[in-house]
Amino acid sequence: MALLSSSSARSAPLSVLSGVLPAAGAILFAVAAWELYADLSGIRPSILPAPSRVLTQAWLNRQALIDNSLPTIRATLSGFACSLAIAFVFSVAMDFAQALRRALFPIFVISQTLPLVAIAPLIVLWFGFGLLPKILLVALVTFFPMLVALLQGYEATDKDVTELLVSMKASRWRIFTLARLPSALPYFFAGLRISITYAVVGAIFAEYAGAARGLGIYILTAKNNFRPDLVLAAVLLSAALTLICFAAVVLIERMAMPWRSKEGDGSQ
Amino acid sequence: MTSRGLQLHRVAKSFGALPVLGDISLHVAEGEFVTIVGPSGAGKSTILRLLTGTETPDAGSLLFNGKPLGAGNARFAFMPQRDALMPWRRIIDNAALGLEVQGLGRAEARAKVAPLFAPFGLSGFERHYPAQLSGGMRQRAALLRTIVQAHDMLLLDEPFGALDALTRAGMQEWLQGMWANHRWTALLITHDVREAVFLSDRIYLLSGRPARVLREFKVPLSRPRRLADLGSAEARAIETDILEILLHRETASRI
Repeated sequence: MALLSSSSARSAPLSVLSGVLPAAGAILFAVAAWELYADLSGIRPSILPAPSRVLTQAWLNRQALIDNSLPTIRATLSGFACSLAIAFVFSVAMDFAQALRRALFPIFVISQTLPLVAIAPLIVLWFGFGLLPKILLVALVTFFPMLVALLQGYEATDKDVTELLVSMKASRWRIFTLARLPSALPYFFAGLRISITYAVVGAIFAEYAGAARGLGIYILTAKNNFRPDLVLAAVLLSAALTLICFAAVVLIERMAMPWRSKEGDGSQ
Repeated sequence: MTSRGLQLHRVAKSFGALPVLGDISLHVAEGEFVTIVGPSGAGKSTILRLLTGTETPDAGSLLFNGKPLGAGNARFAFMPQRDALMPWRRIIDNAALGLEVQGLGRAEARAKVAPLFAPFGLSGFERHYPAQLSGGMRQRAALLRTIVQAHDMLLLDEPFGALDALTRAGMQEWLQGMWANHRWTALLITHDVREAVFLSDRIYLLSGRPARVLREFKVPLSRPRRLADLGSAEARAIETDILEILLHRETASRI
């Protein structure tokens, strides 16, 4: 406790630690309770495996888990990259042409109302068990949040800045690159943080609907073999993957917007 | 009438059914500092928008050096109400924005604005971001961005409106000193009567919507001026006249 109270006011690493500690404590407590319950209640490991068993089984099956993670990572990253590139192109086109925006936006909204449970098997049926249907599904779940974030970001451009650039006789394209695009960055990264978590889930879901390899199909097989410990091991791995992607986004965000970390300090 | 400088002749502008500018005629001679004073919402900023080309007039003519505006013959350097600094650009790149839009490379534009940081009281802050500067410094940076474009005329839209009283007074005195050295042709929009008297050669007093020119005042104070000059009889007479018209005649005509 003494450590906590003194650290919060002082050095940055310690204050980060004090921010993380409550969450870490809560998780530790939940895992400990789970472990105790699984050990003491006599419940069968094929129903509820203890956390310790999940970890040992994860270690014993590490090769299979890694082999099945790689396709998932590949599907996530390529699907997300496609989705990002397409969302960016569409956002620019829709920002410049209001008619295009009115024509396309309802279609994109409808695409978000499709139940993934029904769409995923269909896409696998149409495009097979390869990488393409996974990329398509990841793109389907992440495209719209990214597009909306970008469009909203462009709209958030300061009216005074736009007027200033008009008075400088800047072209429409210059106004876009000088003001609208940088104004959209905070929105873009907010959208990116949300959709990267969707992306991993989307990829696993796509594999669940049908794949040769991948965490999704691994989970399905483990479930069918009555191995909840391996299901949970794969879930743990997918959570770790999501967290790593999320952290990478936060890191890129910091680097892309250096002015944000300096806001507020030094203003007299 | 002088042919050098800016001339507005019987300009009118409505937004939908709302007439904003009724009948505006005014001029700004070369090297003159002219201010437009009027009640809030009287369409003062609309006049600047007509000049920068953001809006077009419904009637009347806008001439610069005798030629109609819009043909690209007149170049105004515009300073908006809030500083409109881009938070993602360092101060030096904010100041160089107009030059970059004109087509200069970033390094070239930076080299051109760098020597101006000292006279604008901003030396040492070139690589800072706007969020790291105080309100007064941000406003000076915005003015530096305006000046450096080397255009025919400055358009200042309530540049000190968002500052606290003390900073504002300091900025007014500083701008007055800068102007006395450079003699920029300038049109200032404000509702601060003292600011208008202190900075201007002439003042146009606008009515409420639809705006017309109620009266024109010459400010006979010699240059360079100090804030203490506002205590002189001439300055106080103008200030009282303007306030009298704004507060009494305006409300009386509306009732």
